[in-house]
Amino acid sequence: MSIACTGEGRTLRAALSGEVDHHRARALMGELDTLIESALPRSLTLDLSGVTFMDSSGIAVVLRAWRRMGELGGVLRVSGVPAQAGKVLRAAGLDRLFALED
Amino acid sequence: MKQQPGNEVLLRFLSRSANEGFARTAAACFVAQLDPTLEEVNDIKTAVSEAVTNCIVHAYPNCLGPVQMRLRLFEDRTVEVVVKDSGVGIADIEQARTPLFTTGNGERSGMGFTIMESFMDQVKVRSRLGKGTTVVMRRRLSSRAAAPV
Repeated sequence: MSIACTGEGRTLRAALSGEVDHHRARALMGELDTLIESALPRSLTLDLSGVTFMDSSGIAVVLRAWRRMGELGGVLRVSGVPAQAGKVLRAAGLDRLFALED
Repeated sequence: MKQQPGNEVLLRFLSRSANEGFARTAAACFVAQLDPTLEEVNDIKTAVSEAVTNCIVHAYPNCLGPVQMRLRLFEDRTVEVVVKDSGVGIADIEQARTPLFTTGNGERSGMGFTIMESFMDQVKVRSRLGKGTTVVMRRRLSSRAAAPV
């Protein structure tokens, strides 16, 4: 498990760490899918503070979690966004869909 | 007259996804001799990651194949990255460069070329169906005091 998950009830915080690229994206998506389906959270915070690198594969990971949370009527927050990952997510316009918090 | 590179390296590796990290880290190490800013290194690493991932996902969809990456550093602090494959090629380059367009499944964002274009000064793509694709990217680094090649 490369995602550290904390929280109680239906408020979850999932901390991603390391490099988020195509090599790791499928496993991360699978873990997030499982997490969301099993907890059905109202609020999910993706904590990216431990992410050391992200490319466009990370955009797909975050967008997938955002879409699934929307389908469940919940909200996604993205926090602890490092400068490099933030630049990638902003280049894709994700800051227009949800706030990218430092 | 065409500028001669001050330094050059050529790498050849298999289209395994584990090599995405290898390629961008190797590029960062080589570019380090120009004393780039952290943001410049990260931008180049990100663009390299996108170009190499395209070879792995799209050029060789059902097999492994060779990927070649050439890095050149020029006296005017321009970094040139050439990523070349001998894979299936791109049918419509303009379409491939369109934001959100992807032939991949829901696991791909379709933002690879958009990221390369936003993070580098220049991105050129040449491709022939059945022959392969070459991506040439250039980025001129900011001037820094005492930064010899």
